[in-house]
Amino acid sequence: MLSFHSSNIISKTKTIGRRMFLLNSFKVVVLIGIFGRLASLQINEGSKYKSLSDKNRFRETKISPPRGIIEDYFGNEIASNNKIYQLHIVPDNIPDMDVLLFRLKNIINISPKKLNYLKKQISKKKGWDTTIISDNLTWAEFSRVNLFLHELQGAQPIVSVARFYKDNSSAHAIGYVSEISPKDLKTKSYLQNLKIENIAIGKTGLESSLDEQMLGSAGYLRYEVNAYGKKIKQVATNPGLKGKTFRTTLDQSVQKLSTEALKDVSGAICVMDIYNGDIISMVSSPNFNPNSFVHGVSHEEWKKLTENRDKPMLNKAISGLYPPGSTIKTLTALSALENDIVSSKLIVRCKGYIDLHGERFHCWKKKGHGVVGMRTALKKSCDVYFYEVARRLGIDRLSATAKKFGLGQKVLQNYTEEKAGVVPDTKWKKREIGKNWYIGETLHSGIGQGYFLTTPLQLSLMTAQIANVGFKIQPRIILNENDQVGNLQKYYNHKKTTPGNVMSLKDKIYNFNLQPLFRNQENINLIKDAMFAATNEIGGTSYRSRLDDKKFMFAGKTGSSQIKRFTEKQREAETKQAEITYLERDHAWFVAFAPVQDPRYAISVLVEHGGSGSSAAAPIAKKVIKKVIERHELRSSALNQFRENT
Amino acid sequence: MLYSRTSLHTPFNLRDKFFHLDYTLLFSIMLLGIISIFTQFSSSGGEFDYFAKSHALRFGVFFIFFIAISFINIRFWSDYSLLIFILLILLLVLVKFYGVQSQGSRRWINLFVFNLQPSELMKVGLILFLSNYYHKISSGDINKFKYLFYPLVAMLIPFMLVVTQPDLGTAILILVSGILITWLAGVRWKIFAYLSILFIVSAPVAISFLKPYQKNRILTFLNPDSDPLGAGYQIIQSKIAIGSGGLFGKGFLNGSQAYLNFLPEKHTDFIFTLYSEEFGFVGSAFIIFLYSLIIFRIIRIGNLTRSVFGKLYCYGFANAFFVFIAVNMSMVLGLLPIVGAPLPILSYGGSSMLAMMFGLGIVMSCNVYKNSAVG
Repeated sequence: MLSFHSSNIISKTKTIGRRMFLLNSFKVVVLIGIFGRLASLQINEGSKYKSLSDKNRFRETKISPPRGIIEDYFGNEIASNNKIYQLHIVPDNIPDMDVLLFRLKNIINISPKKLNYLKKQISKKKGWDTTIISDNLTWAEFSRVNLFLHELQGAQPIVSVARFYKDNSSAHAIGYVSEISPKDLKTKSYLQNLKIENIAIGKTGLESSLDEQMLGSAGYLRYEVNAYGKKIKQVATNPGLKGKTFRTTLDQSVQKLSTEALKDVSGAICVMDIYNGDIISMVSSPNFNPNSFVHGVSHEEWKKLTENRDKPMLNKAISGLYPPGSTIKTLTALSALENDIVSSKLIVRCKGYIDLHGERFHCWKKKGHGVVGMRTALKKSCDVYFYEVARRLGIDRLSATAKKFGLGQKVLQNYTEEKAGVVPDTKWKKREIGKNWYIGETLHSGIGQGYFLTTPLQLSLMTAQIANVGFKIQPRIILNENDQVGNLQKYYNHKKTTPGNVMSLKDKIYNFNLQPLFRNQENINLIKDAMFAATNEIGGTSYRSRLDDKKFMFAGKTGSSQIKRFTEKQREAETKQAEITYLERDHAWFVAFAPVQDPRYAISVLVEHGGSGSSAAAPIAKKVIKKVIERHELRSSALNQFRENT
Repeated sequence: MLYSRTSLHTPFNLRDKFFHLDYTLLFSIMLLGIISIFTQFSSSGGEFDYFAKSHALRFGVFFIFFIAISFINIRFWSDYSLLIFILLILLLVLVKFYGVQSQGSRRWINLFVFNLQPSELMKVGLILFLSNYYHKISSGDINKFKYLFYPLVAMLIPFMLVVTQPDLGTAILILVSGILITWLAGVRWKIFAYLSILFIVSAPVAISFLKPYQKNRILTFLNPDSDPLGAGYQIIQSKIAIGSGGLFGKGFLNGSQAYLNFLPEKHTDFIFTLYSEEFGFVGSAFIIFLYSLIIFRIIRIGNLTRSVFGKLYCYGFANAFFVFIAVNMSMVLGLLPIVGAPLPILSYGGSSMLAMMFGLGIVMSCNVYKNSAVG
């Protein structure tokens, strides 16, 4: 039985014990390693893995918050949110997709093309993902769906909100919203973290520039999902934060009237408060229906809009560029007076044309105006008089004055689509065209032709700054609750409340921190007086459109900007504008301020290819001016109310 | 000093035998078993009927089996170790021809009650055989070529049979536990060095025999993020589950990773992940403590046992048990590639449970018969 020597056992036991000790030490090391790894995963990086686990666990469906509202000056909603009715389906809940789609086709309006598109969409998505069958059902369709709901297993009628515009009058000023595009995602950084499918975002106008603030912050529905992505249960909801509401300086009823006044023509109107720069009306004609874009514009409608001769999608008030025509004569005269180039007593004889260096420059009146002074020249818009003034003045001085009054630069910060226009001078021509300026161009510029390009908004600003006797204002279209009363407005209010207190000009400027645009304020008064004559005295260019009532009486300057020069033949034949083809007719301008006694508002009216300012633009301005002044009292009280409320 | 059966105390009656059980080890195993039943309850999403029921049944039956074995004299296991080893080899050969096939590999024999996986039993069988072998030969012969040859063959035959099932994980575990015993017994370092060099030289040839999915597993272990939805998925999800458990865990039945099916094989190889997600660092540390305690008690029994066979077996089993735990945990913690190694007792699986309880039973027998001489 005892087959082994004890020495054998002892030596074996010794070896085994020694080697086991080594192995046990090794075990301790490995155990410490595992322990350390466990601690590092669970304690050090616990929160990182916790969030990874939550990322695994939760899926979030972002929900779009209600978009901020855009109101007019009186708090009327111009761009609001409306209830809309939608139909969603979840394929997993549907026993037979084909039967359901067939039934739906009979209940709501789905085109075969859309049906194919939907089928493709459904097959691409997971069974538990929602597909939107229709994002804007009519009430009739919606109630029919609800009526037959028991037969439509898996279909979900949903009530949601979407942008709604009450009318088209502010389509250009406000802009429109439409479904987010891949390009938007690339260009607009604030959209990158939004991640809401099919959300409507601002594309043009204020909808675009205020988009970030009006979007609000997105809400979400949070679901727990399993490893295959199937929803297990809803964990949390967050409705999101409503976007910011904005009040504008626009008056919706003036907007409507302006739109109505431009109904049959292509053009634009701008009305501005001459003391605080509020834009009361800004319309462009023809306009479009911004509601068509909210749920995706149809191909036919888009084609119709883009191929229209009158460019309905263009906001002509800020993006339309036109030579200012004779409206610039106010600045030509002012510049000459301010620079002491001519006196107001300068007399020129107009025989219908002047010759300069072998070139003939025509007056619009073929027979000529005879001997005219500055007041008469402005009143009758004599071209020859201003050729002479411009010749003496030179383009660089005229250009400086024009820029000072707001031409050649963007006026508002709210529109990416706004154009700066052109105020030419010798350096500009050298830089942009690469040629030297020649004197003939100065003559053309003096009457607002040639290289000059302006927008209706710029001309209304120019007129406003003449009307307020030469003080700089900053136009605005958004009314912020914390906006301070403008300096000029303060001065004006002060003048109103203390009529006996007469201040010297220096004191006025110093006390109210005003920014004068003049050297001698009398020069501006001369121009204003000449504009009064042009509208209210017999022989004035806009005499036929005057308003006799002192309350509404306005003073204005007509203008027409040439598209194509008249040939000698046409001039001889005294061809009327109506006789030439539409696209070659002159653009008609009219700028004015009102009321004459105590000016408050400035207006500019542009009628594309309208012929002459006096016949096409001035009558439109007359209608709008009347409306604006009628609403003056309402406007003053609305502002106080707004300030009290906020 | 000579051994004699009568000169030393050896328990004869059942009362004595119960008295000589190591109760620290016994209760540690029982506690681990109870924890494993709760963990399996959680792995089936809070249902008893699914995995937990059969796991509990197996644990109950095999626990009694474990006590029964510990009452059999270790001499019996020494005497029959060769027979058991040959029987297991025959079973492995049988698997080759009549085995149940699942997921591309043939590992099981259908016993109608459950499918037996002989390779799991081989984990204990090889230890048993080698312990007896080195017990028998004289210490001077251990490093002789002839006596090196037998153990090498005894290790390579089951290794080859298992690796071709294919089941690389189990094959490696069998081989490693075998190597550890030969080393313990006193085989020289030099010989291991030569064999290692031989292995390294032949590795490229061996790799060419690996199945594509096995190569893939090694590659994804080296860089799990290279294919996050494919083979690396398991490692990534396991790390997320364990990490997200934090200090105190998500709570019993609240392991979202496991409950929402992000965790693969959560009742078998990844059971520790599920446990760790629900009970956190504190719970995991307790499990590691429990395993350490078990291993410590096994080594302690080895220390107390007087026979070389008993010592070699206890140490060998302790080493193997440690390797199984270390490999499984390192695997789910992302420290080793996924090779398919169950966690002793905690993982679902009858053969693994049987093998472990059988192995522990012999350890316990060493305690009961610690003074008994082995022939």
